[in-house]
Amino acid sequence: MSGIATVWSYRDAFLAGLGNTAALVGLALVLSLPLAALAAVLLVEASAPVRRLGREVVDLFRCVPFLLLAYVIYYGLPEIGLRLGAWWAGLVALVLYNGAYFTEILRAAALSLPREAVEAGRAYGFSRAQLYGRIVLPLVALDAGPVIGNQIVVMIKDTALLMVITVQELSFVANFVNARAFAPFAPFATALLLYWVLCLVAEAGVGLIARERRRRYG
Amino acid sequence: MRIDSLEHRPGSGFRDDGRRAAPDASPDAPAVSARRICKAYGGTEVLRDIDLDVAPGETVCILGPSGSGKSTFLRCLNWLEEPSSGTVLLDGQPIGRLPGRDGRPRPMNARELAAARTRVSMVFQHFALWPHLTALGNVVEAPVHVLGRPRSEALAEGRRLLERVGLAERADAYPHTLSGGQKQRVAISRALAMRPKLLLFAEPTSALDPEMVGEVLAVMRDLARGGQTMIVVTHEMAFAREVADRIVFLDGGRVVETGTPDAFFTRPHTERAQRFLARYAR
Repeated sequence: MSGIATVWSYRDAFLAGLGNTAALVGLALVLSLPLAALAAVLLVEASAPVRRLGREVVDLFRCVPFLLLAYVIYYGLPEIGLRLGAWWAGLVALVLYNGAYFTEILRAAALSLPREAVEAGRAYGFSRAQLYGRIVLPLVALDAGPVIGNQIVVMIKDTALLMVITVQELSFVANFVNARAFAPFAPFATALLLYWVLCLVAEAGVGLIARERRRRYG
Repeated sequence: MRIDSLEHRPGSGFRDDGRRAAPDASPDAPAVSARRICKAYGGTEVLRDIDLDVAPGETVCILGPSGSGKSTFLRCLNWLEEPSSGTVLLDGQPIGRLPGRDGRPRPMNARELAAARTRVSMVFQHFALWPHLTALGNVVEAPVHVLGRPRSEALAEGRRLLERVGLAERADAYPHTLSGGQKQRVAISRALAMRPKLLLFAEPTSALDPEMVGEVLAVMRDLARGGQTMIVVTHEMAFAREVADRIVFLDGGRVVETGTPDAFFTRPHTERAQRFLARYAR
């Protein structure tokens, strides 16, 4: 019981940590999804050399351990004069890393689009912007929604790693409370519970897309 | 761009006597005028010097064996395929290439091409409906977003068009819940909603189960009788014979024979047409 009392006495810290985690995830999504959509369009439309280069860049961010990417951005970039606060460095790491995954997901979905739906758009006089806005993007969103949702869950969990670059997110707070109160179980269990709640929220959002998809595609 | 707002209105387009004005009675430019259309992929010539004029109100059926180039030719008319050479005029206006400053043709830019395409609608073999939109959504999508028609007006007309093809009660259904025949009828409504000068049909019944072919052909027959200008690539010989004003027979990327259905089906004068008919007709 004393563990719960400890957590309760640090409730403000936990709420702040949860807020930081949620804000990082939310902002990273708002930034990385449009960026990924843009990158995916580029990877589909650009000339062959640009496409190849783009895929290498995307692969680079996708294939490094997230922790090391965060290290490099927070500890490494100041050496070349780019100094970011921990929170912002964490955000940049999240955007780059997950943006690369989202790009791959969207690109794959775009490549498996029903070709004829796009051709019909061309035949009916859609501009390129309209083709993307009214046909390609909605179809890709419906198609890739569940996979994107899965990546969002991974992203929520990855934010925990940001505590090593001193971002005061949920895991950081749990660790801090443990160190202060010498009671590991309750703080860490509380953090787990809160991550789970965040993931439930994300999955509810994905559920909406999946339901829409079932309604439209059967 | 000109959209003739009177033509093809439901109700006004149909005439009960089953006849239509003689093609040459119209003072308009030909609905289509294709000249010397050639298409080659690499070294393979698919179309060789094809000429075709279609008068307003006319229904032309393009027949020919598989690989004769008929589908490719149809796709050249709305520039989904770019001919290697040749010109296409739709309703007197060019599509695909424009006269350049130096007198030589230049390719249309994306906007010019999109605008030119609004004068012609296409019905595809595999329907090509937009799967994320309802039947009615498919019908109003291009009129609203490409032609800029007011949504309420487009919706009202869309419902009329769906009613006309017998699908009023399926307006809110998504394509995956429709049968092939119903999908193709939605696709025809979508094509008509653009009030096109010209309607292209690319083997519209080839992907259908046999029992659904009839419902689609019935709609097309009504359209032809209502004076809609149509070019139909098809393997439905009975339909072509009954509905077409003119048959164009393609083989090996060339127009081998052209004439009235009666002449073509009863007295084909080329040996290739005779062989084709022996294999396909009846």
